[in-house]
Amino acid sequence: MTTTALPAPSRRMSPVAGLRNAFTLTWRSLLKLRTNSEDLLGLSLQPIMYLLLFTYVFGGALGGSTHKYLQFALPGVLVLSVVFATLGTGLMLNQDISSGVFDRFRSLPIARSAPLAGAVLGDVVRYAISVAITLGFGMILGYRIGASPLSAAAGCLLLLTFALAMCWFSALIGLLVKTPQGVQWFGFLAYFPLVFGSNILVQSRTMPGWLQAFVKVNPMTYLTEAERGLLNGGPLATPVTRSLLWALGIFLVFAPLAVRVYRRRA
Amino acid sequence: METENSIEAHGLVRRFGKTTALDGVDLVARPGRVLGLLGPNGAGKTTAVRILATLLRPDGGEARVCGYDVVREAHQVRQLIGLTGQYASVDEGLSGMNNLVMIGRLLGMPRPRAKARATELLERFDLADAAQRPAKTYSGGMRRRLDLAASLVGDPRVLYLDEPTTGLDPRSRSDVWAMIRGLVADGATVLLTTQYLEEADQLAHDIVVIDHGKVIATGTPGELKAKVGSRVLEVSPADSSRLAVVADLLTERAGVSPSTDTDSGMVAVPVADATLLPTIIRELDDRGIELAEFALRKASLDEVFLSLTGHAADEPNGHESGELEGSPR
Repeated sequence: MTTTALPAPSRRMSPVAGLRNAFTLTWRSLLKLRTNSEDLLGLSLQPIMYLLLFTYVFGGALGGSTHKYLQFALPGVLVLSVVFATLGTGLMLNQDISSGVFDRFRSLPIARSAPLAGAVLGDVVRYAISVAITLGFGMILGYRIGASPLSAAAGCLLLLTFALAMCWFSALIGLLVKTPQGVQWFGFLAYFPLVFGSNILVQSRTMPGWLQAFVKVNPMTYLTEAERGLLNGGPLATPVTRSLLWALGIFLVFAPLAVRVYRRRA
Repeated sequence: METENSIEAHGLVRRFGKTTALDGVDLVARPGRVLGLLGPNGAGKTTAVRILATLLRPDGGEARVCGYDVVREAHQVRQLIGLTGQYASVDEGLSGMNNLVMIGRLLGMPRPRAKARATELLERFDLADAAQRPAKTYSGGMRRRLDLAASLVGDPRVLYLDEPTTGLDPRSRSDVWAMIRGLVADGATVLLTTQYLEEADQLAHDIVVIDHGKVIATGTPGELKAKVGSRVLEVSPADSSRLAVVADLLTERAGVSPSTDTDSGMVAVPVADATLLPTIIRELDDRGIELAEFALRKASLDEVFLSLTGHAADEPNGHESGELEGSPR
């Protein structure tokens, strides 16, 4: 497209070009992560705070000794950190919309879904950072992986898969809510019962019956059990299958919804 | 193909809830010319630009850009346009360079070409020194220039500039003006929205004045000025207590009510016919009014606007759509 030669504009977007658009916007997300030191700092410090809090403040009381409790809780803290990190997806989408960056994208001849896909793909790296820091810092505090390295790697992969599904829920919030502050509040309110109404921090035995019932259907419970199995060793088949089914379910419900809301706004 | 209009809109209607932001707007922008879309806050300017830039669907009417329908052939239209506006914006978290490289890549340029194009534009817009700094550290004027550069990466045939100088200091404003003139000299068609009459006067070849979502006047700046009397007579009595008498006399003679500025003690009225002047002078003299000043000058677009709409251009018109235009959604 230059002013000298004026070729007729193309009618349709080729799928390959659409994929390239998505990768360009993934590159953008990663650049932003690299240059935004505050985001990076928050992303790293959050799991460290959780680990310190749960291990040293609650650990002795809940698990008998801090070391024993860390061994029990770390897989749960991984789940918690990654799930909270998915809020970033909605936050970034929301900021892009309110700052006008999305309008620029939408005025360009690119695939309609590329900005959404780029944001989500870029976030996988954020989740990986969150997982690495939680696991690394946990090991500094004395956590030891009980299962095989391969099994632990599968644990990390399962976390990323689950986060990749959850981030569509976050994206939906980011598209529906008006301000970035709103995204944080709504996200927090939605995630809080999910994350803490589970077996992430304690076994559900001492909870009242109604709460046990909730914990039993909460996807976080299965994911946490699966992570305990994959990292510490223990039963695998049921929790891993259920976690994957939940991830698939969340993806199938929220990804199309988010895309629909996005298209309506786009 | 060559002779067709770059932008053609007929009867554009857009409602937001109960508010009608656009109420049947017609627009034509000719190739290689600047069309100024002039109106106060909330007049519907931004809504019109968003429809023409494929960001918003009209509820009624149709619009074509270089012959392509903005709704049915949006993908083609997007390949032809560039948008710089209050809303289309740069990514503050990225450097100026990366912002432009990103757009080049999105437009399908290979990385080296996207880089070369970005470098070229950064130099042209005097941003080469700040190329590697995040855009959030830029001043308002620099950000606007980067925004303008971003809309030019793909060499658009039609460029929308939505209030490109709002909020800029006079120096940055004249910088942006110079750049717009350069773009037009290179053959681009520009749709410029502005609430600054001076800006439209300076840059636009044709002007469409809209208010409350309706076109209230069209023409060249010269035609618009001629429409309401090409000249303005300004009279200051030496004794400012006689201002009212002067105003009455001018109303009678010019046939329009003049504007009175009690601070400067001056009455101004548009006059279509200069032969009135001797009569006016004689009558002032008959009533024993001594004059401090009596001058005939060309009408400014401000006066044109005032006489067309009944209110000044920089006054919000109190229409509810003003709020809608202030919101990016």
